[in-house]
Amino acid sequence: MDKRTLTFRIFRHNPFDPVSVPRLQEFRVEETPRMTLYTALTRIREEMDPSLQFDFVCRSAVCGSCAMLVNGRPRLACRTRTEPLPDKVTLLPLPFFRLVGDLSVDTGTWFRDMGRRVESWVHQHRAFEPGAEEERMSNEQAQAIYELDRCIECGCCVAACGMAQMSPDFLGSAGMLRIARFLVDPRDHRPEEAVFEVIGTEEGVFGCIGLLACDDFCPKDLPLASRLAYLRRRLALAAMRPSPSTTTGPVPVR
Amino acid sequence: MTITTDVLVIGAGLAGERTAIQVASRGLQVILLSLVPPRRSHSTAAQGGMQAALGNMARSQGDSPDVHFEDTVKGSDWGCDQDVARRFVTLAPVAVREAAYWGVPWSRVVAGRHKLPDGDEVEEAQQKEGLIAARNFGGTKKWRACYASDGTGHALVYALDNEVLKLGIQVHDRMEAVALVHDGQRCYGAVARDLRTGEVRPYLARATVIATGGHGRIYGHSTNGLINEGTGMAIALDTGVVPLGNMEAVQFHPTGVVPGDILVSEACRGDGGYLLDKDEHRFMPDYEPAKKELASRDVVSRRMVQHIRKGLGVESPYGPHLWLDIRHVGKQHIEANLREVATICRDFLGIDPVHQLIPVRPTQHYSMGGVRTNSSGRAYGLAGLYAAGEAACWDLHGFNRLGGNSVAETLVAGMVVGKTIAEDLWWLDIPSSERVAASLAQEACRQVEERVHRLNAGGTEHVFDLRNRMSNILMEKVGIFRNGTELAEAVEKLTEVSHRARRLGLQSGGAGASPELALALRLPGMIRLALCIAYGALQRTESRGSHHREDHPYRDDAHWLKRTLATWPPGADLPALSYEPVCITELPPGERGYGESQVLAGTEKVHG
Ligand SMILES: Cc1cc2nc3c(=O)[nH]c(=O)nc-3n(C[C@H](O)[C@H](O)[C@H](O)COP(=O)(O)OP(=O)(O)OC[C@H]3O[C@@H](n4cnc5c(N)ncnc54)[C@H](O)[C@@H]3O)c2cc1C
Ligand code: FES
Repeated sequence: MDKRTLTFRIFRHNPFDPVSVPRLQEFRVEETPRMTLYTALTRIREEMDPSLQFDFVCRSAVCGSCAMLVNGRPRLACRTRTEPLPDKVTLLPLPFFRLVGDLSVDTGTWFRDMGRRVESWVHQHRAFEPGAEEERMSNEQAQAIYELDRCIECGCCVAACGMAQMSPDFLGSAGMLRIARFLVDPRDHRPEEAVFEVIGTEEGVFGCIGLLACDDFCPKDLPLASRLAYLRRRLALAAMRPSPSTTTGPVPVR
Repeated sequence: MTITTDVLVIGAGLAGERTAIQVASRGLQVILLSLVPPRRSHSTAAQGGMQAALGNMARSQGDSPDVHFEDTVKGSDWGCDQDVARRFVTLAPVAVREAAYWGVPWSRVVAGRHKLPDGDEVEEAQQKEGLIAARNFGGTKKWRACYASDGTGHALVYALDNEVLKLGIQVHDRMEAVALVHDGQRCYGAVARDLRTGEVRPYLARATVIATGGHGRIYGHSTNGLINEGTGMAIALDTGVVPLGNMEAVQFHPTGVVPGDILVSEACRGDGGYLLDKDEHRFMPDYEPAKKELASRDVVSRRMVQHIRKGLGVESPYGPHLWLDIRHVGKQHIEANLREVATICRDFLGIDPVHQLIPVRPTQHYSMGGVRTNSSGRAYGLAGLYAAGEAACWDLHGFNRLGGNSVAETLVAGMVVGKTIAEDLWWLDIPSSERVAASLAQEACRQVEERVHRLNAGGTEHVFDLRNRMSNILMEKVGIFRNGTELAEAVEKLTEVSHRARRLGLQSGGAGASPELALALRLPGMIRLALCIAYGALQRTESRGSHHREDHPYRDDAHWLKRTLATWPPGADLPALSYEPVCITELPPGERGYGESQVLAGTEKVHG
């Protein structure tokens, strides 16, 4: 195989440097076998420009730190091998999230806020009993929860979402998935109304116009589209059922 | 702007978050600092499992905290503190169940007959159906590793961080502690640098906890996350009064992939994977007829290096490696239970493990050493300072940690240390110390800013050069096989690197989140850790657990049944070493038993 020289065009801007202006900068790197964007960017930083900002922690696609736009598509950089890429690669920071600098964005703050809004924790009535045996659960059920618990909060889904770009309060499919995760968990006892109050709004499922780019770009192949559809169905069913507080009528839409 | 809180927890991995939850539930105010959003902490990468003696599986019948205790003490090669190990094995089952209560989807027992990858059949009991399952892990007598499919660490971190959210605990991410605020007697908090803006600010606290994880990244090849640079240990060492324990005890993992050093879980061997050499010969049974691939991980790592040194490794552009073979385990099992492993092979190597062999080599994996604390988590040397998790040495692992024991340790330590802090703060009179603290903090901030200023002013040495130099020295001379000559060379060369680091200067501007500046601030501390490891290893003229001296191949209890304590006197070139006895309450030193067989070399014979 002929050795390729890859040309990386990388977005540069340091918001804390008063003279910095956003621009694209080119770096040329000789490709090595099994190179990933992690390997390439590390080499650029260590050998060409020590100020280049980007975020990697696990470099194994489990921590969600390194999402960026690779030739226009949101991807985990650590899991992007250079071999299938063309000779010219453009790297931009994820849109939507606040820029920290160059390819580094603040996904953490957004996801924390999402977690708070959807109350991303098990709602229980009883206290933990240290001496007691664990509550039983079928392995199937455990697997089903795990399946929806696999989100790594990388932000690819939100970055790919046309709605999120327009309405910053939209919970995104990451937020919907989080709620779905707790709905399948038998340990979670949040009242149904509380769920619908969060998702039965423009910030929730009604904010989604069904472009479903999220589903295409999720690096973990999470069932984002099917969970969105599921939440919609549940919402519709609940709206038809008479509830003790409101005898008839639709779920309140704020 | 000074921030004041009851408890400052530096590090938001499993240990830090569990500690924070404990103190918050006692009504104390707590702030968590982290280099990254908590869920990106290295704990998330733990795939394999968490040891706790629940005894729910057919192959864990007869398991109990006693058996877990014995495995842990033997695994540590009698280097651990047995009072700590005893408390740990008792609390580990509670920690697993508590995690279930917080939402961890632990895999569960499915009753009935199941065929194991090695062909054996087991019958899981009907009355255990739906309880928390466990699997086999290297180095234990019973199946004891509880797991959540292939994402144990992920599931745990998410569940704990959810609790942190629920309790409204403040998390300041991208915030790096760069120095402790102290007066040589008591710790008053830390100085932190904002990794978004570069701003330096003091955090004052009545109790400060170091839960910053391992130091793996000071080695050239490590399975650890890139942020695991040991900075928490380094700032403790910088106080000059807080000792680090057993820094020479460094564990290597047998199966990091080549290239990239991404760990493929122990579960691969637990579930029946083989190790093959360049002739595709399964060599582990030659060395370890009884345990084969399931001998404890330092034993397996050593055998692999031994085999490679015989010229039986597979040559590659990244150096020689061996093969891991899980093809015979079967597609179904691989997709169901080893999914993350399969994903790693496909996505990072372009290999399909159902049909192809996986290139692996041993890499740095775990740091048994860390901030020395007593069995309640109080650091030696400074009141008001505590440590938990991989950053600490309280000392559960001695010279070798069992797979699955460290995740369990983070949670148990969090419970214990959190409780200690709540008790200690009950007695502490704060107002009298507040003014002292504020002026100490100001001075500490000034010193950090001065360092930044000096680095910005320029210097002749470059950060990445020196960092690579340090990590290569460690890898080559302070690795799996060690000897006096190479260790002495390592100490000499690292000292030289340490001197050169005084002339560090930045090549780029240091504004905002400059990665170069961040590393330049960390590097001198990292080099000091490297020296603690190399110097401690040089002095320890025996082999114990993962500390393996070719020139002293026996364990030597007469002289070395003790823990190394390293402090760094201000201005010194080398750490000051002292030693303390290990705490033996139940199990007197004996043969490691399940570990390395004595057929070859006789390395594990007890001596003295
Ligand atoms: C790939 C891999 C797989 C593993 N698998 C298993 C397994 O299956 N079972 C098992 O028992 N163990 C396993 N381990 C070991 C185990 O995961 C770790 O020992 C454990 O998770 C450490 O947890 P911790 O909370 O101590 O540290 P970490 O999870 O590393 O967290 C450290 C925290 O400290 C923060 N931090 C660090 N320095 C600073 C600073 N200066 N200022 C502010 N914040 C700071 C970081 O941001 C982070 O939040 C594995 C390890 C690796 C490398
Ligand atoms: S670095 Fe962790 S997901 Fe890419």
